Amino acid sequence: MSLREPDADTRRSWFSTMLRIRAFEDRIQELFMSGAIGGTTHLCQGQEAVSVGSIGSMEPGDVQTNTYRGHGEALALGMASETAFAELMGKATGGSGGVGGSMHLIDFSKGNIGANAIVGAGMPIALGAAVGFQMQQRPNVALSFFGDGAINIGTFHEALNMASLWQAPVVFIITNNLYGEYSPISSTTSGGPDLARRADPYGMPGVSVDGQDIDAVHAAVSAAVERARGGGGPSLLEMKTYRYRGHSRSDPARYRPAGELEAWKERDPIDILGRRLAVEGILSAEAQLGLRAAIQAEIDGAAERATAAPYPTLEETSSYVYAD
Amino acid sequence: MSTLTEPALVAVPAAGAAGTVELTYRDAINAALRDSMTDDVRVLLMGEDVGADGGVFKTNSGLIEDFGPARIRNTPICENAFVGVALGMSLVGLRPVVEIMFADFLPTAGDAIVNQLPKYRFMSGGQCSVPVTIRVIGGGTGQFGTQHSATYESWFGHLPGLRVATAATPGSAYSLLRAAIAHDNPVIVYEHKALYGRKGPVTRGEVAEIGKAQVLRTGSDVTILASMLMVERSLAAAETLAADGIAAEVIDLRWVRPIDLPTIRASVERTGRLVVAEEQVHAGGWGATVISELTMGGVAWRSAPRRVSLPDDYPVPYSPPLETLIVPSAAGIAAAARSAVGL
Repeated sequence: MSLREPDADTRRSWFSTMLRIRAFEDRIQELFMSGAIGGTTHLCQGQEAVSVGSIGSMEPGDVQTNTYRGHGEALALGMASETAFAELMGKATGGSGGVGGSMHLIDFSKGNIGANAIVGAGMPIALGAAVGFQMQQRPNVALSFFGDGAINIGTFHEALNMASLWQAPVVFIITNNLYGEYSPISSTTSGGPDLARRADPYGMPGVSVDGQDIDAVHAAVSAAVERARGGGGPSLLEMKTYRYRGHSRSDPARYRPAGELEAWKERDPIDILGRRLAVEGILSAEAQLGLRAAIQAEIDGAAERATAAPYPTLEETSSYVYAD
Repeated sequence: MSTLTEPALVAVPAAGAAGTVELTYRDAINAALRDSMTDDVRVLLMGEDVGADGGVFKTNSGLIEDFGPARIRNTPICENAFVGVALGMSLVGLRPVVEIMFADFLPTAGDAIVNQLPKYRFMSGGQCSVPVTIRVIGGGTGQFGTQHSATYESWFGHLPGLRVATAATPGSAYSLLRAAIAHDNPVIVYEHKALYGRKGPVTRGEVAEIGKAQVLRTGSDVTILASMLMVERSLAAAETLAADGIAAEVIDLRWVRPIDLPTIRASVERTGRLVVAEEQVHAGGWGATVISELTMGGVAWRSAPRRVSLPDDYPVPYSPPLETLIVPSAAGIAAAARSAVGL
């Protein structure tokens, strides 16, 4: 198996993308808490390495499904932050014309074929895309991102069973942030803390990965993607990570033990890559500061433009219901 | 279609010169699947036991032999996930047909059918289309028991983004299924298991118009609107009514979503009387919707609309005399029509 080593440019771009996701989510948090945006949102600060490192393994034509906590994947796949802001604000310039909202940042042109608000629903859809590739003899792979809470729902088991049965080119990625909504994983999930073991009964490789280390994430996903692309079948990867915020807008995450958040922030995925890039002479600390400022300015401008964008009309969006 | 080449193992006869053949309802479905798959390599059939021995209701005879196990794809017993798989396939260019062995199993696939298929295009802002067909086998009278006899045909009529069709005759079974497969939106097509052996004319290559009901018998005294098995029983009722001097018009609903209100309204404006014959609970169903829409639309009723349906508070039972009692009969439909005309 020939794993592609990411070059310096690639890792610099990972760093930028992680910064963009962090700044985007921080701004979204402010906009929701101030009431500027209504409804609810599910943020992914702390999980950026999982989104960016995994998606860095995709090739043109590959697809993925993600979840209501999917802003990281959407931005990593190249959705413009202005388009994402506009969607969260329900504006006509949003990725789904404003009808989708925070839980549905979708861009088929970039391989983002679904962000689902139903836990577990994305896995069969990604599998279907993978079986479609297989039937059409296309050299493509489907990834499916979902949380630790999703491994207890039926579709997880049903999809893994069929994926293995049909040796489909699909990679299942558990973003294990330790909490399924408000509940710690130990209170909801049997079988011990290594969720990758759930691969065993389905006869596919299961690997647990340090989800704070983007290099580790990328290496593990690349290996699984290459295996799938080469006809080797599906894999299950567990990314051990953490979400800095609560489950959703209204959740202050008081159920977390004291010190847990701070301990995870010691292993912040952006800081880990930043330190490495500085030590390796790829991106100096000064250059990183400049990059942070530039991305913050980009996010400020994007949020401002999205705020100024118009709302959609029923007429404009009625064609979204039925094709033809 | 006369251009089709028929492989050796086919149970279904080849299309005649005129393109119309006499087929059973079962073989009409087989022909629609075969013709769709022959015409379009993107079409596939998937579900539980769809391949072996022609499937549980023998609608798929010869298909796995002719199209192979990838396109006649046997699945594990997991409706919610395999309907989701079909959705994923459709997003990358395939046109899957999913078979749900009994309508009673639809709730198992509830999320995929309610939250995914109909909403998927909408949530993406129209970025995709979802050409998935779900064949559902429904209906009672076969002593299949409480959990294998439902239709639930109106449940899914409540969902924007979905189309719902019901097949009453071999001709409809063929043309509705072909229409569903050719359509770019998700469509549920109901088959009634009591009708599989019925014979009738089928026009190979015919694709039904989406949302169009069919007037099967004309009459000026009363309109009887029915779906699936109730169509056959309504036609039988119309025969007995004719002997009493009552001319009943019988309309096959065909589409639960969208309901063909113009065709129904045109009929009721002539007859002024309506009987809805449903093999489902009336409340919240298409019969109630039709009566309400026509009334709101200002139809001048000559008598109050009648309904014949499953009981409001009694599931389909196993015991043969009980099942016979609760599933509407031709006599029950005729009685409702007589009552509507005041006899």
